[in-house]
Amino acid sequence: MQERIRNFSIIAHIDHGKSTLADRILELTHAVSQRDMRAQVLDTMELERERGITIKAQAVRVLWKGHQLNLIDTPGHVDFTYEVSRSLQACEGALLVVDAAQGTQAQTLANAYLAIENDLDIVPVVNKIDLPQADPDGAAHELADLIGDTPEHVLRISAKTGEGVADVLDAIVERVPPPAGDPQAPARALIFDSSYDQYRGVVAFVRVVDGTFSRREPLRAMALGTRFEAEELGFFAPTRSESPTLEAGEVGYVITGLKDVSRLRVGDTITSERRPAAEPVPGYKDVKPMVFAGLFPTDSDDYPQLRDALEKLKLNDAALFYEPETSQALGFGFRCGFLGLLHMEIVRERLEREFDLDLLVTAPNVAYRVKPPDGEWREVHTPSDMPNEVEEVEEPYIKASVIVPKEYVGAVMELNNGRRGRFDHLEYLSEARVHLTYELPLAEIVLDYYDQLKSRTRGYASFDYDVIGFRPGKLVRVDILVGGEPVDALSLVLHRDSAYERGRALVERLREEIPRQLFDVAIQAAIGSRVIARETVKAKRKDVLAKCYGGDITRKRKLIERQKAGKRRMKQVGMVEVPQEAFLAVLNLNGERK
Amino acid sequence: MSGAGARHLYLHLPFCAHRCGYCDFVTLVGRNGQHGSYVDAVLAELELERTLLAPDVETVFLGGGTPTFTEPHALSRLLSALPRAAEFTVEANPETVTSELAAMLRAHGVNRVSLGAQTFRPELLAVLERVAQPDTIRRAFYHLRDAGFDNISLDLIYGIPGQSAAELEGDLADALELGPEHLSCYELEAKPGTRFTHGHGPELARQAEAMESYFELVVDHLTAASYRWYETANFCRQPEVARGRDLRARHNLAYWLGRDYLGLGIGAVSTIADVRWRNTPRLRDYELALTRGKRPSRELERLDAAVRNSERIMLGLRLDEQLSLHGLEDAVDRDALERLSSLGLAEVDRGVSVALTRRGRLLGGGVTAELLA
Repeated sequence: MQERIRNFSIIAHIDHGKSTLADRILELTHAVSQRDMRAQVLDTMELERERGITIKAQAVRVLWKGHQLNLIDTPGHVDFTYEVSRSLQACEGALLVVDAAQGTQAQTLANAYLAIENDLDIVPVVNKIDLPQADPDGAAHELADLIGDTPEHVLRISAKTGEGVADVLDAIVERVPPPAGDPQAPARALIFDSSYDQYRGVVAFVRVVDGTFSRREPLRAMALGTRFEAEELGFFAPTRSESPTLEAGEVGYVITGLKDVSRLRVGDTITSERRPAAEPVPGYKDVKPMVFAGLFPTDSDDYPQLRDALEKLKLNDAALFYEPETSQALGFGFRCGFLGLLHMEIVRERLEREFDLDLLVTAPNVAYRVKPPDGEWREVHTPSDMPNEVEEVEEPYIKASVIVPKEYVGAVMELNNGRRGRFDHLEYLSEARVHLTYELPLAEIVLDYYDQLKSRTRGYASFDYDVIGFRPGKLVRVDILVGGEPVDALSLVLHRDSAYERGRALVERLREEIPRQLFDVAIQAAIGSRVIARETVKAKRKDVLAKCYGGDITRKRKLIERQKAGKRRMKQVGMVEVPQEAFLAVLNLNGERK
Repeated sequence: MSGAGARHLYLHLPFCAHRCGYCDFVTLVGRNGQHGSYVDAVLAELELERTLLAPDVETVFLGGGTPTFTEPHALSRLLSALPRAAEFTVEANPETVTSELAAMLRAHGVNRVSLGAQTFRPELLAVLERVAQPDTIRRAFYHLRDAGFDNISLDLIYGIPGQSAAELEGDLADALELGPEHLSCYELEAKPGTRFTHGHGPELARQAEAMESYFELVVDHLTAASYRWYETANFCRQPEVARGRDLRARHNLAYWLGRDYLGLGIGAVSTIADVRWRNTPRLRDYELALTRGKRPSRELERLDAAVRNSERIMLGLRLDEQLSLHGLEDAVDRDALERLSSLGLAEVDRGVSVALTRRGRLLGGGVTAELLA
């Protein structure tokens, strides 16, 4: 049986046609009838559908000419590199799909390299050949160069019209090798994704490497040591199909009954308790969040709802990290850690949309490693936790990969140099397109880097990054004081060279955001005890309704009540009322930066 | 407070020769032939509500509109039907005040006139669409004096589009030259939806910052001229320059002290025994109901203790006297009170009463919002 199995993924940039191709494959293999076909079956979540991306991988089994093909879906974004790598590890082959009009993009490249690193056989595909502006030959050349293949080997298809899709299936059978595991060895399966079902608990998506798993079998996750039972085994075709066993080479799901996703992590290996494997499938790592932000309910009464919502999200998203945080200015909330910016954006949107919460999200920052004098190294997730006295500070660095038409190389270099970037490498992918790599502090991209990149390259640049570790930096904590009180939620960690300039810009911005009060309000930026910038919001000189007689009293009372209600939406910093928008000033600030 | 009935009576006379652009009161232009029937209706309403009035009415106030624009025969009929009161005020526009009118008011027991001067600059009078000229104001004032009125109030408006600080100072000087017993100074409110806001809104917004100091300027000038700043927008001669008389407007003081009052006429508001109501502003509906011996349709508002208390604070803080906090403990935010004291905006006397400082009064709206629990 094993030699009739083919496990593969589709690697494509957003909008290059991954979902459409998947749909076409399901249709062609009669896994779904055309009539029942819900466009883009694999993208299940509402949010994913809107963003045109797939966050959570799933696997679908189809039959083609006597072979069992398992299509393992991969997340399409930079923040989920680790999950992508686990999905790829579950395959022997990958379709590398590129838009015939747009050519290779940074994420495609990153994922293609991942696939190559995982020893996958790559089937190159140029999609959208039906588009009038398509350049199938150009795209095929670029693609062939990239993976060291010949252009003739590149399939040219239109997932939209269905042209060439059968050839793709044939190519999978011909070019992708069958899984190599040992059916007699102790059972091992790689978890490449998991999700949570309210009634059934954690559902693990697995690729069985060796041996056979059976229903009701006691199991163990090797890295975390979690024990559970296979309550149900099966696969998706694309609807759920129960199966008494899952065998070496097969892809399917295991319902575990576990009530906490964090006990079963992607990348871990499941084995049998009775006859455990000696070694786990290699490559497990604990994914660490690198981007942090404070999430506070706009209305402090919503704190319990926010806590419940995060708990629920966490069930489905093992990478999400959160811990309670108390801010003097913003009250009770959570410091949340994310894999990256998109991950943060998705979590925030889900909280607001699915849980109907009104949130204030502070400007994101990265994780820092600090060593206080005579102290131990520790990680800091909040700028205001950064000690005043530090011996050394380290910040996370990334390797950024940017692909642009060559005329924008200068613009990208200028942007990266302004962001403390270090040039690493430049190569021509084709005559017109260049692949640039830079090393940059992660902190320099968390706010607006992507927007800037897009606007400076008229949207042509594609971008991807990988965290490459912590490096020392000349970093200082800049505090913001309003009316003499430090506002923890506005503290920033900045590079020493830009601290003055950005401290000043922030103070100026805050002066515009903080309304005039009944007294003068000083706004200061300070490094330790040194005030580096100061502005004053002048006190109001009058605030009365002139007329108030018998007929005006109700109206006047309502005006005061409204004024009062307006104040409740403000956050109290000492005696100063600060509107919530002011806490986002630092976000806008960066938009103006060169 | 309400057991014995309201001791304060307000009557609304809505007719005007012309509707000024900035006005958002219930007014009706012209309709000279209808003044008589309106007075009949008001008198009918007075009859219906007489039981709500205390036997001894302390103040009567005729507001408008332009009460003195009301056709003289009708006005005279109304005045003679009203109860005598210790303070009996009529609002007047300068161009309507003749020596005959002054004498007629006097003869009916009116002892206080509130004269709508607004400004003494001809070009600013034009901006406000006022009929009177500066000298019309002066003439009206002296007609009233000649008729024996020893309690005259002038209304001034500041913050008029295009008005400079020097022009405002000029208005204050011109007003003081007449030596009125009382002055009401209002900042021009460009209320949304008025013709005025439509025409001058953007200009006013541009001037807002420059005009921020005008209120202070008014307070400084008038207090320097021995007027008592006894309410946010109201000033009266100090007793020592007024033969010991307390020249505060007693009728309005009743509003600010949270007393009950009965209001008659279209759009008039009454507050009696924890209920506030506002008569329909529609003349036809009002008259029709009363010809049938029925009460006009009204908007009712119940005032619970919390609302009453908030209003006591909101209104009480407009005055220059200590507001007793007795019974208002739940309505006051104690922390805010402390904060405001430390900022020099409020002064607490032995923890039992509060008054705003000069700066606190200039910021009275914000301070009140802060202080209310």
